[in-house]
Amino acid sequence: MHPHSIDQLAFKDLVRRKWSVSLSMTVLMLAIYFGFILLLAFNGPVLAQKIGEHMTLAIPVGLGVILSACALTGLYVRWANTSYDKSVKDILSNMNGKG
Amino acid sequence: MNNFTSNIGQRDPVAIGFFFLFVCATLVITWFAAKRSKTASDFYAAGRSVTGFQNGLALAGDYMSAASFLGIAGLVALKGYDGLIYSIGFLVGWPLIMFLIAEPLRNLGKYTFADVVAYRLRQKPIRIAASCGSLMTVAFYLIAQIVGSGSLVNLMFGLPYELAVVIVGVVMIAYVLFGGMLATTWVQIIKAALLMAGATAMVVMVLAKFHFDPTALFAAAAVKYGQKVLEPGGLVSNPWDALSLGMALMFGTAGLPHILMRFYTVPDAEQARKSVFYATGFISYFYILTFIIGFGAMVLVGRDVITAFDKGGNMSALLLAEATGGTVFLGFIAAVAFATILAVVAGLTLAGAATFSHDLYVNVFRSGKTTEEQEVRVAKRATVVLGIVAVGLGMAFKGQNVAFMVGLAFAIAASGNFPALLMSILWRGMSTFGATAAIVTGSTLAVGLILISPTVWVDVFHFQQAIFPWKNPALISMPASFLAGWLGSLLAPDVDASARYEEQKIRNYLGVGVE
Repeated sequence: MHPHSIDQLAFKDLVRRKWSVSLSMTVLMLAIYFGFILLLAFNGPVLAQKIGEHMTLAIPVGLGVILSACALTGLYVRWANTSYDKSVKDILSNMNGKG
Repeated sequence: MNNFTSNIGQRDPVAIGFFFLFVCATLVITWFAAKRSKTASDFYAAGRSVTGFQNGLALAGDYMSAASFLGIAGLVALKGYDGLIYSIGFLVGWPLIMFLIAEPLRNLGKYTFADVVAYRLRQKPIRIAASCGSLMTVAFYLIAQIVGSGSLVNLMFGLPYELAVVIVGVVMIAYVLFGGMLATTWVQIIKAALLMAGATAMVVMVLAKFHFDPTALFAAAAVKYGQKVLEPGGLVSNPWDALSLGMALMFGTAGLPHILMRFYTVPDAEQARKSVFYATGFISYFYILTFIIGFGAMVLVGRDVITAFDKGGNMSALLLAEATGGTVFLGFIAAVAFATILAVVAGLTLAGAATFSHDLYVNVFRSGKTTEEQEVRVAKRATVVLGIVAVGLGMAFKGQNVAFMVGLAFAIAASGNFPALLMSILWRGMSTFGATAAIVTGSTLAVGLILISPTVWVDVFHFQQAIFPWKNPALISMPASFLAGWLGSLLAPDVDASARYEEQKIRNYLGVGVE
């Protein structure tokens, strides 16, 4: 496959979109996790406060970090399965049309 | 509580029966897999026939080791909330695999992650450096698993340590040698399903005693052992230390050779990304279960009983199984824990064998000129040798403190393997010298700094004061690896490699020419 037969603009746009989605999700995950760790390290008592008779805030926050990891991977798959894969298909069919 | 008696440590016929059943069933699968396993792609990558869902389960199986089941449940039982912080660290690497690594890895590689790093670069130096990083990661992970498994089996079944290690070694060699990746994948799938089913049953039985209200369980724990068990404790005290460990866990997952290798078993990038989604879900679910199991053991078994069986708390999940479901359930859970060990070491051995054969033998010693038969033959020989070496190391490290080795494996994966992999995917200017420098700098620093850190210098060598202050070196060694990769590429650029970047991009993003 010769690189020149490809719609360069569409391809550049695809790569740019892929990495802006990937990198912003990466940054979000890093922020959530390291935010959690730094909160534990610098201000443990915030998480130790009670939200019920015995329940502490730390438990739902910890579960929230776990669920955010699942949600982010789910969002990425949805984006990739619809938007990304569709653009790839378009670029490939244009390429075959020209070639 | 003092009259608590247990079948743990007895040669329990139920547990041995369940384990025997698991081994027989998986060996039958191996036999079927062996008939279908002919080519190199069958041996390393299950003929790329695994679906995203199946691979997600298998990835979860590779990752949920006996250490994370028994160890984290024990940590929660003894330390309370802090156990959850530990599991969160192991989980959050998965989204990063999804966003940064999974699709490029699948599209650019063939059998090992070194395929991707070496895609545009000169094969020999890259393959040698990547093999060193890969083999070190596998070796440290394997030693930690085997030594842990020997002691666990000894505790659980009362079998002698050496016999347990030999059983693990022989069965694992049988899976990999005869069934290759196809058998290994199915062993992982069955083990992951059994482990999650067993843990779910245990959690249901625990919560049934608390009207299916987890907060009632947490409250009972707080009443029995104080409010402290629901609060974060001393696990995260030094922020730099915590950041450094967090980095190793997060980026290390994306550099573990046996995990990365699994992405070649699916047919395309779409299935690769689906498998990460399923794996993340299964692992999250499992860690939430272990959190409840830990609190269940704390309340229903009690810390005095748990520490009487094992100071580290490793028996708490098993004691809870016995307390909730009797000796038959204990037998089932013990057998599942043993099966877990087998599956994890099989995955590691296969990754090690692929490195020896595909990276070193084919692409370094034979410069890519071999037949598939020769490649598979060498991979099979490497499997046997690695299996025997693993059993030997397991014996040699008997009774040693090997807890640091998992952290070390993650540190090398995060600092040696991951930066070179990411840079070769993302950066046009990455050169052969730069990639080699990144891998060598990262892994050497990771190993060197961990030797003089508190985990080895104080805990293993028993010196008073560690030279390097943090327990994990990733915060230094990982950025150093990126820096070395960048500097090395500027000092010794590779014009050919940069010129081939366009072609790599088309294959990476459009999936053109993917194997």
